[in-house]
Amino acid sequence: MKRILVVGGGTGGTIVANVLARKLSRKEAEIIVVNDSSKHIYQPAFIYTALGYNLKERDIAREEKELLNKNVKLIIDNAVGIDVENRYVALERTGKLDYDYLVIATGSRIVPEEVPGYQIAYHFYSLEEARRLSKVLEEFTGGVIAVGIGGIPYKCPPAPAEFCCLLDYYFTRKKMRDKVEIHYLSPLPRTFPHEAVAEAITEMMEKKNIYWHPMFNIESVDPEKKIVYSLEGESLKFDLLVMVPPHRGAKVVEESGLGVDSGWIPVDKHTLQYKEYSEVYVIGDATNLPVSKSGAAAHFEAKVVGKRIYADITGQKSKLVYDGRVVCFCDAGFRKAIYMDFNYENPPKKPRFSYLWYLGKKMVNKLYWSLILGGTI
Amino acid sequence: MSEIKVDRVVDARGSHCPGPLMELIKTIRNAKIGEVIAVYSTDSGSKTDIPRWVEKAGHQLIGVYEREGYTEFIVKKVK
Repeated sequence: MKRILVVGGGTGGTIVANVLARKLSRKEAEIIVVNDSSKHIYQPAFIYTALGYNLKERDIAREEKELLNKNVKLIIDNAVGIDVENRYVALERTGKLDYDYLVIATGSRIVPEEVPGYQIAYHFYSLEEARRLSKVLEEFTGGVIAVGIGGIPYKCPPAPAEFCCLLDYYFTRKKMRDKVEIHYLSPLPRTFPHEAVAEAITEMMEKKNIYWHPMFNIESVDPEKKIVYSLEGESLKFDLLVMVPPHRGAKVVEESGLGVDSGWIPVDKHTLQYKEYSEVYVIGDATNLPVSKSGAAAHFEAKVVGKRIYADITGQKSKLVYDGRVVCFCDAGFRKAIYMDFNYENPPKKPRFSYLWYLGKKMVNKLYWSLILGGTI
Repeated sequence: MSEIKVDRVVDARGSHCPGPLMELIKTIRNAKIGEVIAVYSTDSGSKTDIPRWVEKAGHQLIGVYEREGYTEFIVKKVK
C-alpha cells in the first residue's frame, strides 16, 4: 500500500486528496492531508466581506473534515520540516510521517510588515482584515482612496482592480460617489497584465471615473503624512490606503530550503514535479510558476497531479500535464462581470462585461464547496 | 550575448497573468544590485512594457533578442 501525503488543506490540497480517494481503494493507498487548521476558508469571500456583503458563515468557512472524502485521513498539525531526500515530513505534535508520494500544497502567507509604514494601510487578504476594512469603509465620509500593491507576486492579480470597480459600486449605492476619489496604483504600464484584458478594464475604469496610475509599485508609506511612495519614484497623498500585502511561501517551505526568493518552490511547469524527485509534486500558490496565484490554478493543477499519481500507482504511464490553464471571473459591480479562460498557449481574449458572467461568478461560489473541492469538475 | 553573464533566468513564456513584467519586477525586488536578469517572453506586450518599466524604475536594459518563438530581455539591476 502506498502512502500519499498532502501537506496543506486549501483548494489544491483538498481537491488532489479527493480525486485520489475516489479512484483508489483503501487497500491501494493511504491518503493523508495535513492542515494547520480544522477550517477551510473560501478566500474569494474576503473581498465581499470588506465591502459589507452579509455573507453566511457557511459561505466563508467550513470544517475541512466534511469536505474530504471519507477515505482521506485528516491530521490537524503544523508541518515544521519537509525532507525530500529522506522522504518524510516533520509535524509539530504528530512527529515524522514518511511517504511514497508527497504533494506540497502549502499556499502562501502575507507579510505586510515588509512594507515600511504598512500599519496605516488596510487590506482584504484575511477574514479579520477584511472585516476591519469593512468598518472603515462604512465610516468613510469622503476623500482619496488609493488601492495599490505592496509586493509581487500576490494572490489573484485582478483583485485590486476588481476592488476599485466594486468601491465605485459601493459608494454609488451609498449616494456619495461624488465625495470619493478612487485611485488604482497599477504595478504595470497597463491596468492588467494582458493587453486585450487591460483594454476592457481601462475602458471600464475610465467610464467609472477611477483614476489609474501606471507603473506604481508600492515601496513605502509615510503613515503621518499619509503619502504612499513607489519604487519608480512617484508618490500619492491619500485619506485611505488599501494595499495588497507582500506574499511569501509557507514558513515550512522556506525553513526546509525548498523555496527560492520569497519561498516559492521551483517546479516543472508541465509535470508539476519538484526537481529530480518524481514522487514530489507542488501545486497552487506554493509554486514558482508564472501563473496567477489563485484557486483556479490550484484547482487545475490538483486534478493533473491526482491523475498522475493514480496512473503511477496503478502501473500506467500518465502523459497528462498541466497546460497552464486558469479561469477567472472579475466582478465590476452593477451586476456585471468578465470571464477569462486561458493557458500557456492561448492568451485571454478581450472580455465583455455581462450579467451572465456575474451569475457565473455567483454559481462558482456555490459549486466550490461541492463539485469543485470534490474533484468532480 | 555570450559575453554577458546572466545571474537569473525568468522563464515567463506562456504567462498571461501575472505576465512577464510582473515576473521581472518580482525577480528584481529579490535580486542584488548588479545582478543581470534574463526574461523569456512570448507576450507581444512585453516589447513595449518591459523597456518602459525598466527605464522608469531606473534599471538598465542591456539587450532585447528575438529567439525562436520568444523574445529574450536582458536587464541589469542598478539601484
